[in-house]
Amino acid sequence: MTLHRTATLFAGLFVLFTVIGLFLGAANISLLLVQSFAYALIALGLNIQWGYGGLFNFGIMGMLMLGGAAVTFVSFPVNAAFWGSDGPMLLGRALLAFAGGFVLVWGARHADRVGVRGGWKTALTVLAWIVAYIVYRSQIDPAAAYIETEGGGWIGGLGLHPVLGWVFGGVLAAGVAFVVGRICLGLRTDYLAIATIGISEIIRALLKNMDWLTRGTLTVSPIPWPTPIPQNLQAQGISIADSFIYARLGFLSLVIVILAIAFFFVQRAYGGPWGRMMRAIRDNHVAAASMGKNVTRRQLEIFILGSVLMGIGGAMLVSFQQIYDPGAYQPINHTFLIWVMVIVGGAGNNWGAVFGALLIYITWMISDPVAQWLFNGISGWSTDMGWGPIPEIQSRASQMRVFVLGVVITIALRYAPRGLIPEVVKREA
Amino acid sequence: MNELIFFFNNVVVAGIVLGSIYAVGAIGVTLIFGILRFAHFAHGDMMTMGAFIAFLLAMAATALGITTPLVPTGFLVLPIAMFLAAGVALGLDKGFYAPLRKRGARPVTLLIASIGVTLIIQGLIRLFFGSGTWSFFEIETKQLIRIPVPLEGVTRTINFTQPQLLMVICTAIAVLALHVFLTRSRLGKAMRAMADNADLAQVSGINTKLVVRVTWVIAGALAAMAGTMLALDVSLKPDLAFNIVLPIFAAAIVGGLGQSYGAIAGGFLIGFAETLSIFNWSVLLRPLANALPFEVPATLAIVPTEYKLTVAFVILVVVLLWRPTGIFKGASS
Amino acid sequence: MALLEITDLVGGYGGAPILNGVNLAIEQSDIGVIVGPNGAGKSTTLKAIFGLLKVTGGSIRFMGEEIQNALPDRLVPKGLSFVPQEKNVFVSMSVEENLEMGAFTRRDDFSATMNWVYDMFPVLREKRRQPAGELSGGQRQMVAMGRALMSQPKLLLLDEPSAGLSPRYVLEIFEQIVKVNAAGVAILMVEQNARQALAFASRGFVLATGRNRFTGTGQELIADPEVAKSFLGG
Repeated sequence: MTLHRTATLFAGLFVLFTVIGLFLGAANISLLLVQSFAYALIALGLNIQWGYGGLFNFGIMGMLMLGGAAVTFVSFPVNAAFWGSDGPMLLGRALLAFAGGFVLVWGARHADRVGVRGGWKTALTVLAWIVAYIVYRSQIDPAAAYIETEGGGWIGGLGLHPVLGWVFGGVLAAGVAFVVGRICLGLRTDYLAIATIGISEIIRALLKNMDWLTRGTLTVSPIPWPTPIPQNLQAQGISIADSFIYARLGFLSLVIVILAIAFFFVQRAYGGPWGRMMRAIRDNHVAAASMGKNVTRRQLEIFILGSVLMGIGGAMLVSFQQIYDPGAYQPINHTFLIWVMVIVGGAGNNWGAVFGALLIYITWMISDPVAQWLFNGISGWSTDMGWGPIPEIQSRASQMRVFVLGVVITIALRYAPRGLIPEVVKREA
Repeated sequence: MNELIFFFNNVVVAGIVLGSIYAVGAIGVTLIFGILRFAHFAHGDMMTMGAFIAFLLAMAATALGITTPLVPTGFLVLPIAMFLAAGVALGLDKGFYAPLRKRGARPVTLLIASIGVTLIIQGLIRLFFGSGTWSFFEIETKQLIRIPVPLEGVTRTINFTQPQLLMVICTAIAVLALHVFLTRSRLGKAMRAMADNADLAQVSGINTKLVVRVTWVIAGALAAMAGTMLALDVSLKPDLAFNIVLPIFAAAIVGGLGQSYGAIAGGFLIGFAETLSIFNWSVLLRPLANALPFEVPATLAIVPTEYKLTVAFVILVVVLLWRPTGIFKGASS
Repeated sequence: MALLEITDLVGGYGGAPILNGVNLAIEQSDIGVIVGPNGAGKSTTLKAIFGLLKVTGGSIRFMGEEIQNALPDRLVPKGLSFVPQEKNVFVSMSVEENLEMGAFTRRDDFSATMNWVYDMFPVLREKRRQPAGELSGGQRQMVAMGRALMSQPKLLLLDEPSAGLSPRYVLEIFEQIVKVNAAGVAILMVEQNARQALAFASRGFVLATGRNRFTGTGQELIADPEVAKSFLGG
């Protein structure tokens, strides 16, 4: 029955994409397909965290940004001006200062081993943090100022293959998720949501303002593709219109392969002992803990695993768009959108998450043209009636998708709280 | 002395103003959490919406000639805006949250629902007002108040704007009114009782639905007030409150979610932390330059200005980890 | 006509019913005590009377009126009051404010009732400005009972009033209950200290697996060898 429902829904989705494709043309729909499948990977990551583990991660945006920064760093061509300047040396010193500060704070936190306890230890820790911060700032500030003016503007990339950048995106996200998870996962739901949203805002502020690292609002482009770009294909004699379609289809196949691999493993893990344990923890972590399960550790695993998929997805999106613009990330587009995908699709069900991602992304993207078409119609009518046209149709229409997204999640929560393809709850006989 | 007045203007005045806005916003968040047990993420958008209601009313009042040179029109229409916003808040509860509560949904579901409300309100505001910036002071001017300091050698004056002064007065009135309501009135005490122990409140025969409605009325009115104050101080933008909802949550959490007085203290704490951390301390050190063993740099702020909002998030995260129940643990609300 | 009359009550929290046909009746002058093993549905019966869980069959009549599935804010004005077993005071509020909350449904002047409660529990008058959370377990129980009495109930439902109290306080609380009853308030309570409670009960009900097993006066039940053997520990 559920299988039947899933198949019907996916068939419906296929028809929807086809119809929209007929309207928008093959080049546009292939673009939307690449992006929606990248979002499917990200949604899968959230489904692991929320659907399997019940972890309320509101910091998806931060993970996507990290993935984007990672692929920029790995795959963008080498900036010779930076490597030829004093920049690397200054940065090295800043790194040393950072390491020194880390050791200092670590030492203060373990000061009880040498007999410093209680209030003294707290005071020492605070002092260590202050000293570490001052030392680090004293090194990084001049280094940043130097790089941004004389040292080549920013550090540039490593010129490696983009797929390596995606891998690094996953690794970087995993590293940050480890730290975030270690400090935040003890918090209960609402607090975890607020803490993660706060952390993702901190990540955004850093990546946006560390011009020496990411060029900040100056943006980085063009970021290379792992597959041939349209210009490569044009050089081989393919027409301009077709080149875009083929290039995007090439990229799409790579994204789908990665999604399929991730899906396969995630699905297997869900059915296996690990997944059963995760669900036990989600549904009653007190009982699971009393049965000797290491709840915190399992939750940390799940948080990292989900974040890895988010990091890779974020990296793929940046590669595809060929531009990294830290100023373009918004909680609505990069956190809440994904939540709507998972809730509408069906938290706890991987098919649901993928379905939700594809459906919501296409809804999100076509809300704009549909609203524009609608407004033009109303505007024409109101002009005929002598009331004058609607002003600024274009910018208003593009805001409609935020509204549509809100309506969609409200309806979903009210009428299908478990999603369109709900989690299958197996009853043990 | 001039440097100290510079400090006063940039840190104390700015901190009090920012703190007032945060405090008024945080009270709403904390009341809703206390009664309904979920983090109401749409609170920032209720603020923006309240500000836009006030803006429309102010435009209407100006068009009708109902203005006075004594106070900016924005303040004149504030009570009406608060009243209307309270009504909208009640409507939001009825339309979005009450049906879920009736079904017995978990607080987490309500939290997600509040994201939906955020998106809907924000979409609607942008639909009608575009994404540009609006100002209450297109026609009127912001009056600047300068107070000279009667000390020898002091050339700087203590500066603040008239809206800022009115804001602080409004905040004081609101806080006082809330205090009287919570400690003296039957419904206010019932609100505290429900925040303390909702099951027992129900068993005592307290009309919990009425308490929920009163909570939305107060939260909605205060959100409109905070939003309008923010718009009067800075400017009015559709994403005005999106940046401010997190510092407000930070304030509410620092004060201990569910504790009204904690939220007020938390609001001022976050406000001052922000202004203190972006203040250029070199200004205060420069007169002592000869006595100091090191050279005073041109700028010496704890964090660069572009990280101003980040300060609130860092405090938020630190408090969450160090003392998730707020720094005033044990204090009763 | 009995003050409270329950016939063939069936109900639960959704899923399988916990109550499978409870019958009991209380007169205005009664102290009724419900005893029985764990999971017999004792507390569930009280909660069912007070509208805190779904009643699916049978009837509850209070002063002749059917009240099953009515919510507390309707039951309190009718003259019913309930003291839960746990978390039965507002810890962050003062003793006096706790009592005021008990009088929430009253729109008249309740200062006389408050004085009456203070006369019954003099220690509460002393501590009326203190947060209830700072009081001892026995004193909290008095605050909880005082709060429930503020609505001037005709029938007071008590869920294990002696739970977690030291023996000295158990006796004191039972004395208070008898005093409250003497002031004209009918009592229906669930008790673990079965023998002690039945000793002063005018009506006793032995519940097992969600239905009545024995009904009688407290003394009769104590004297019944079968009850004593199966339910009162010999």
